Amino acid sequence: MFIQTLVTGLAIGGIYALMAVGYSLVFSILNFSNFAYGSIIMLGAYIGYFSLMKMGVPVYGAIIASIIGAAFLCLLNERLAYSTLRKRNASSLYFMISAMGTSIFLENLVYATIGSRFYAFPEVLTQQNISFGGVSIGLLDVFAIVFSFTAIYALHYFLQNSRTGIAIRAASYDMQVSQLNGVNISKTIGWVFLLAGALAGISGMFLGMKYMVYPTMGWITNKAYIAAVIGGLGSLPGAVVGGLLLGVLETFVSAYVSSVVRDVFSFSLLVILLLVLPTGLFGKFLEEKV
Amino acid sequence: MAEYITGVITFSLIYVIATVGLAVFTGFTGLFSLGHAAFFAIGAYTASILSYFYDVNFYLALAAGTAMAALVGAIIGYPTLKAKLRSDYFAIATLGFGEAVRVLLENLDITQGARGLPGIPNETTLTVVVVTTILVIWIARNFVNSRYGRAAIAVREDFVAAEMMGINLFQVRIRSLVFSAMTAGLAGGLFAHYVCFIQPGMFTAYLSTQLTASVVAGGMGSITGPVVAAVLFVAIPEALRVASMWRLVAYGFLLVAIMIFRPQGLFGFKEISWNDFRRLFKKGGA
Repeated sequence: MFIQTLVTGLAIGGIYALMAVGYSLVFSILNFSNFAYGSIIMLGAYIGYFSLMKMGVPVYGAIIASIIGAAFLCLLNERLAYSTLRKRNASSLYFMISAMGTSIFLENLVYATIGSRFYAFPEVLTQQNISFGGVSIGLLDVFAIVFSFTAIYALHYFLQNSRTGIAIRAASYDMQVSQLNGVNISKTIGWVFLLAGALAGISGMFLGMKYMVYPTMGWITNKAYIAAVIGGLGSLPGAVVGGLLLGVLETFVSAYVSSVVRDVFSFSLLVILLLVLPTGLFGKFLEEKV
Repeated sequence: MAEYITGVITFSLIYVIATVGLAVFTGFTGLFSLGHAAFFAIGAYTASILSYFYDVNFYLALAAGTAMAALVGAIIGYPTLKAKLRSDYFAIATLGFGEAVRVLLENLDITQGARGLPGIPNETTLTVVVVTTILVIWIARNFVNSRYGRAAIAVREDFVAAEMMGINLFQVRIRSLVFSAMTAGLAGGLFAHYVCFIQPGMFTAYLSTQLTASVVAGGMGSITGPVVAAVLFVAIPEALRVASMWRLVAYGFLLVAIMIFRPQGLFGFKEISWNDFRRLFKKGGA
């Protein structure tokens, strides 16, 4: 029971961590809460589902389709809804409202075109278990853990070693100075959104398999925001730790206390943590910009 | 048809009441709340539980709902504002608060969970709503023009400088938060006694977004701007009801478009006053 809960918790936590990393990546460079991220995750799940079920693409192909699709949607989102604001140096409030508008737009566009039906992935993918020393663990959970960590490690490697990665890190540290040193900001931000979108595609796919695919599934990114805040906004290791912590704690609360208090627990955890550590576990202390 | 128009006006004005309070908070302190649906819900539930289960007088129930929202506003505001959370952290904390309240409402016995409360007495009339709206706008205007309001504007413009001038940042922020919680609670009470049925699903983050969006679209730092925006955001979707789902698509699109093309909001920092109307007529006459 304990190990089983732990593995489920790690799987959920891994998906939370993926989303929180994508969210933090955008935050670290543009300093605003990208509320449209949930809708990109939802669209990623739809792309995965339809390419698997309607176009007969194999599972791995569907995952790749969802990654590429979500990445380009995320880039498109930046180019249409944020780039003008960025050029005007607007305050983060305007970015947030614009992001919300995007999220309302996309969610309802899906309602209006595809409909509010819930789509479930075929059971073959979701119901397989592996038994290990008396505990049975869902194959999907194992996959989610492995995939999440591989994706996060790949992102880390990319950020540490590639030229673009170095540019991203420089820009997130100080956008103006990095621009003076020859970093193409528009291109770098484009990369950030592509990467965040790719993570959204993976997490959307796993969320869709674990639960279902429906227009408002993006609300689950609320948890990613919480995870990112727990870890400290804009900090990638913080997002990973926050996501895992939240996933494991939540699963234990719903297994040992009740699944009803799970959400209240997460939100109270958020508020309490903010009071003790106003910038999260790994956050730098940032004064509001004057 | 007349009944339908009255209904749309009543709904719009109820949203106006909540929006005016939020305009004072967000527009005049620069903090961004994503949890005001929770205050709306607290007001609605407190008032309805009192009038439904205990046969309390409508106005007393409204007052109780308002007071309850103010109390909760103070309880949530005290620690978060004392900790001087940065704007994003504050926004996410209020988002969390809003969701937590909704989950609680879904699981308490007295609120009858997700089934909601049916058969709340229908007490809210157009007259009551109109009078309340005028009263709330008047109070908000006086608040903004008072010493406290000017302190709040100073905080919004540059809170470091304001603090150096001896303005108590925390006091200004909590005062406007409690005021906005009160108007949201009042609006909630009126709403519940107008539709006669409430359930937790009505008070989601979507409602909070709509309120905040009205404030930003109407122009931060204006009272009349958000009032007009709130009416537009309720009345236009109502008029477009034939288009069903597409109206919300248009609504989301509109929000992005306003941010991109008119970031200062529809009215910017301007207030609409009687003088504007007078000038309008003078122009027409000349």
